[in-house]
Amino acid sequence: MVSIRRFLNSFGWPRIIIGLFLLSLFIIAPFVGVRIGASLSDTIIRFGMNSVLVLAMVPMIHSGTGLNFGLPLGIMAGLLGGTLSIELGFTGGLSFFMALVCATPFGLLFGWGYGKLLNKVKGGEMIIATYVGFSSVAFMCMMWLLLPYRHPTMVWGYAGKGLRTTISTEGFYLHALNNFLQFRIGERFVFPTGMILFFALIAFLVWAFLHTKTGTAMTAVGSNPVFARASGISIDRIRTLSVVMSTWLAAVGIIVYQQSFGFIQLYMGPFYMALPAVSAILIGGASVNKASIMNVIVGTFLFQGILTMTPSVMNAVIHTDMSEVIRIVVSNGMILYALTRKSEVSR
Amino acid sequence: MSELRETRWEKTLNVLEKNAVPILFLIIGAIGIIFSGYSMNYLGQEIIVRIARNSFLIISLLIPIMAGMGLNFGMTLGAMAGQIGLIFVTDWAIAGIPGMVLAMIISTPISALLGWMCGKILNMAKGREMVTSYIIGFFINGVYQLIVLYGMGPVIPIKDPALVLPRGYGIRNTVNLIRMRRSLDNLLAIRIFGISIPVMTLAVIALLCLFIVWFKKSKLGQDMRAVGQDMEVARAAGIRVEHTRIVSIVISTILAGYGMIIYLQNMGTLNTYNSHMQIGMFSIAALLVGGASVNRASIGNVFLGVALFHLMFIVSPMAGKNLIGQAQLGEFFRVFVSYGVITLALVLYEIRKRHTRSRAGRLLAQEQLDARRLADD
Repeated sequence: MVSIRRFLNSFGWPRIIIGLFLLSLFIIAPFVGVRIGASLSDTIIRFGMNSVLVLAMVPMIHSGTGLNFGLPLGIMAGLLGGTLSIELGFTGGLSFFMALVCATPFGLLFGWGYGKLLNKVKGGEMIIATYVGFSSVAFMCMMWLLLPYRHPTMVWGYAGKGLRTTISTEGFYLHALNNFLQFRIGERFVFPTGMILFFALIAFLVWAFLHTKTGTAMTAVGSNPVFARASGISIDRIRTLSVVMSTWLAAVGIIVYQQSFGFIQLYMGPFYMALPAVSAILIGGASVNKASIMNVIVGTFLFQGILTMTPSVMNAVIHTDMSEVIRIVVSNGMILYALTRKSEVSR
Repeated sequence: MSELRETRWEKTLNVLEKNAVPILFLIIGAIGIIFSGYSMNYLGQEIIVRIARNSFLIISLLIPIMAGMGLNFGMTLGAMAGQIGLIFVTDWAIAGIPGMVLAMIISTPISALLGWMCGKILNMAKGREMVTSYIIGFFINGVYQLIVLYGMGPVIPIKDPALVLPRGYGIRNTVNLIRMRRSLDNLLAIRIFGISIPVMTLAVIALLCLFIVWFKKSKLGQDMRAVGQDMEVARAAGIRVEHTRIVSIVISTILAGYGMIIYLQNMGTLNTYNSHMQIGMFSIAALLVGGASVNRASIGNVFLGVALFHLMFIVSPMAGKNLIGQAQLGEFFRVFVSYGVITLALVLYEIRKRHTRSRAGRLLAQEQLDARRLADD
């Protein structure tokens, strides 16, 4: 009994409630005519689409820089990479690889500046990160109009300049990962092997990094900065490194997202993209200064599962699509829960 | 000896830094006026309208700042309460000033409840009130949608078919407030040099300013300032810190609800699912443009801020069109500036907090050094 209670406490009540909710959705689904195979497949595809973006939370949480509400900044680097790759004339699978290559310098540069800024505002990182994200999206809105892109599939037809609001990735890196080693079971269940493998690779790299000397130092900075300073770790340097990593991961994450989704969304598209990623990792059991790869996997699966299942099941049961409202309440409620936990106010 | 003491140059820099944001906006505004080609009369009229429309909302932010809780991003809660009041009044077909007053009366208990909840949660998240209140805004927005989009019709009776979505429940995206439109503004409007001035609205705002001035001097206001300065000291002095913080948020939320009603009677239409989300950002940006910071804001900041911020807002699309040939660029520019100024103000506040700490330390060191020299002599 005691061990069960301890397990429940360590697992966290919100996670259990959300897990049970998702489970009940899956149980109800066949009775109301929703196909399990298709829904499960959708859930896994959406898991793959979003998992790298959620993974982008991990380094910053580890170094105690807080939840990365500034995710859109990294997304901007990814958008620059994706559009540059298309502009330079790459197609097919190569364009995906080149998008990653083109996004990397921007990710590193943005991350470095963002990290330097966050070092100056210790204690107020999260609200400033939020507004750095918003400002960067708004700034890039102007840039998408002004930058000299010329590729005919990307610019407005009549003016010949200024990027479109959505650009199709078809013919470029659409399903570059999804279709790699993809297999089907039955009629409706499709498993996007390539995308899941790609996530596994990136997640493994992050995991391995966190177990190197620098990675351990990062954890030390996050959990006990005084101790870290005493052991001769340069806190500012480690924090900057973590922010650079997070920003780069966000850039990679959005490219993975686009190759599955099929469209590059510019302008105000990425505006609120940080909140789903933040709440996903929190649903997975992370807190403001503690997160693991496991939190990413569990959280993304639960969050995307609910997002996929609620519209179809709810629609079938009560003929009303309340999924948007449920999403808002669950995701923001989760963030609030994490922000109000007492134990985290350590610095 | 003097290398450690504050130089005149440093003092000038300090003053400049404190007023950096308003000065920057004055410059942007001036450039914008030149390139937009608007007449002074037009600009004057627009700014008067916007001062009347927005000031009440922005003043609602002052009290939490006094209590040291930073910028109240949770003012959207009050805005939602105000909107619910307006929806009911529109449904009951009550027009003009009585309608507005009734909407305010309906919004008050809702605002108070939401504000109390918000205050409770913020007390659990001391040290990161701003990001928490920001997320509370989103969270309650979900609840608001649940009530307005699904609850109104089947659970909460709404009679007017013009309000309800064609599917039979939920409120439409836009609610026409034609019965209340400009009822406060037109109550006592006078024209000076061709500029129409909504005297009654301005009088209400002036009344609120008097209330704020009085409130600052009241016992509760003093308590709030003490809590804002140092929670532990205030607690030692016998002030109920948690209670005081909750009260400050409740007052702010109720005022924001009233402010929203005044704002919407001027606009004339209610965007049921959007109006409240934007208003928080615009109000906070305007206050910061006026030279306020996270821990220091006055009524002067409010009016300077509304004028400068909205000047930029009015001129930038036209200036963008005349400069580069794209009005859209100007629109993106003003969105960028709104977010940018909040970012800048938050960053400056955090940096200044550190800077003040180190400067105080340096001055103390200098004093001790001087004292020792004096003793040696």
